[in-house]
Amino acid sequence: MTWYLFQLLLQASLMTIFVSAISILAGLVFAVFLSAMRMSGNGWLYNGAGLFISFFRGVPLLVQLLLIFNLLPIIGITLPSLATAIIGLSLCTAAYQAENLRGGFEGVPIGLIESAEMAGFSRVQTFIYIRTPIALRLTFPALVNEAILILKSSSLVSVVGLVELTKMAQNLSASTYQPLPIFASAGLIYLVINLTVAFAARRAEDALPGLPAK
Amino acid sequence: MSFDFAVIFAKGPQILAGLGVTILIWVVGTALAVVLGFLVATARRFGGRLVNTALMIPVEVLRGTPFLVQIFLLYFGGPYIGLRLDPITAGLLGLSIYGAAYYSEIFRAGYLSVPPGHVEAADCVGFSRVQTILYIQLPEMALLVLPPSLNMVVILLKDTALLSLITVPEMTMTVSAIGSQQYAFVESIVVLALVYWGLVELANALGRIAERKISKLRLT
Repeated sequence: MTWYLFQLLLQASLMTIFVSAISILAGLVFAVFLSAMRMSGNGWLYNGAGLFISFFRGVPLLVQLLLIFNLLPIIGITLPSLATAIIGLSLCTAAYQAENLRGGFEGVPIGLIESAEMAGFSRVQTFIYIRTPIALRLTFPALVNEAILILKSSSLVSVVGLVELTKMAQNLSASTYQPLPIFASAGLIYLVINLTVAFAARRAEDALPGLPAK
Repeated sequence: MSFDFAVIFAKGPQILAGLGVTILIWVVGTALAVVLGFLVATARRFGGRLVNTALMIPVEVLRGTPFLVQIFLLYFGGPYIGLRLDPITAGLLGLSIYGAAYYSEIFRAGYLSVPPGHVEAADCVGFSRVQTILYIQLPEMALLVLPPSLNMVVILLKDTALLSLITVPEMTMTVSAIGSQQYAFVESIVVLALVYWGLVELANALGRIAERKISKLRLT
């Protein structure tokens, strides 16, 4: 295990961070849409969102990635492995985040929604300006947990051919016959990234505005 | 584009064998993880500060690194330190240790939820430590511990799919191999996804029944 190999792992970890960050954010936006579908009062939209969430929470991410990777070319969409990885991870995390947000939306004080209605907000405006920001604030700790889960799950995107930290470690271990130090180093890098995210999130939580009173 | 599921279903017995390995590793791995996790949490609770810190480090490392990296380290790195395991043993061991880290945190939260007064009261009437754990602390934490434990059972089922990457002949490996041989890869993955989905929803349904039953017992 040389410094050069470790540097290669560090470079690959940038890809891990990039893919995870984009997927978390895309998944968050998608999760808000899923929540909107659930609260729309329309049976079709409600059940559609429910089915989506159930499927992506019920199937292993590895199988989801294999499905997306192999299904898209058949229906005529060929994407680079980076895009496939991001689509797979964001769909999966969207389902989990929607489930987290459900609790957040339930925690929005009813008085705030009523006062928004009194002030003449439409339902869509109430959703965008009142419910969503408060639900996001309430579920911030769950979002951080999800971010750490996705950072770890991003190790699976190697199966769609993207070279991130785990794939790089596999490649290096195959070419140097040193799996022990290389996978241990990869694990260490993941650990440092996750501890950093957890630490930064605690600081951010203090800086965020307080929770609304019930 | 045309889908031919018949070639997949023709391999029914092979798929069932893979499903059997998945369920075997899932059930045995989860059971070991629960027991080991409980022992770790109990040692951390009663073992003093040194034991607590010494066990905290591996738990945090296991929770902070991907399961995939852990099993690669165990399966491909193990032989270099004399730990030569066949895939199923390595997978079972990896899943149990990984799950144990999460279960230990669940039980740790459980221990913290039991009011100290109850433990002291048990002490006063002459309960031994084992009796206190079995008759006071475990029943009192059951309601709190059950939902995250059941959640973890489902997570561990889905994580068994990763064991295909260290050549454990479980369902993902078996079915995707059939798909490649029969030139029906997408079909095989669709079947795979549906079987996992069904299993997870079944586990969730059983979990909901268990939760309802236990909440009626009024343990606290």
